[in-house]
Amino acid sequence: MSAKFAVGDSVHVRLAYPTGHCRTPSYCRGKNGVVERICGEFRNPEQLAYGRDGVPIQPLYRVRFRQSELWPDYDGPAGDCAEIEIYEHWLEPA
Amino acid sequence: MSQSHGHHHEHGHDHAPAPEHDGPWTEYQYLETALRELLIEKGVLSAEAVQKEIARRDAITPALGARVVARAWSDPEYKARLLADANGAVAELGIEIQPTHLVALENTESVHNMVVCTLCSCYPRNLLGIPPAWYKARAYRSRAVREPRKVLAEFGTALPESTQVRVHDSTADMRYIVLPRRPAGSEGLSEAELAELVGRDSMIGVSLAAEPA
Repeated sequence: MSAKFAVGDSVHVRLAYPTGHCRTPSYCRGKNGVVERICGEFRNPEQLAYGRDGVPIQPLYRVRFRQSELWPDYDGPAGDCAEIEIYEHWLEPA
Repeated sequence: MSQSHGHHHEHGHDHAPAPEHDGPWTEYQYLETALRELLIEKGVLSAEAVQKEIARRDAITPALGARVVARAWSDPEYKARLLADANGAVAELGIEIQPTHLVALENTESVHNMVVCTLCSCYPRNLLGIPPAWYKARAYRSRAVREPRKVLAEFGTALPESTQVRVHDSTADMRYIVLPRRPAGSEGLSEAELAELVGRDSMIGVSLAAEPA
């Protein structure tokens, strides 16, 4: 598998607002996290949503974010976090 | 009883009329009906096959997930396999969840996991059945990521500050089951008795497993 990032790598989610279907929630765009695991490779849902074949397939990661990174006014303990599935083409090295 | 029936029963509910949901159809209801009728008309599907699939899906209940949790509580090696390869571990119990890609998340004293799908309502239907209405509601989907501890408190789940709350947004191809903590006082119970303590909400991670009576 040709995953660009490894577990433990710091990554940055692209701050982009493409039109159409995508599976990257707005609240994590432009934020930094750490790769928690690599889930495998999957057909790209941004293509599948329109009846296309979804290739090239995309490595899918689970990225862990501190809640305080996602929500600057988060009022819970500093250790609280969120993990989000993000396809590789949304990620850049942090 | 608010209405009389002319037959005797004691099942303790008043027979208010069922709520009506037959307002104007949405675009998706038209789309689903048109597509289904066309597939049947063209001989791709039969009405019987559609009914059978609906019945199959309706028959999947959280009891399936509870069996997995009870086994993991009873057998540390099984638990290790479940956390490493959830699909393989549920298949060991004869539970068929393909094509779901399942991830099991273990709750401990220091970490509490909860699951949401902020984008829609992704849910491990092949293991837990149909998701509850609140799971699909905008309120849960937006608040679970934004203020998880408040949401947990509303479900009666108060966690100490020393427990890290980890919210899992099921945004893509993975589906999740939370492995709740085994409750105190459950040491002597059989696997079947343990499974009784495992409610649906504890496998979504908004509540804890029940304590033995």
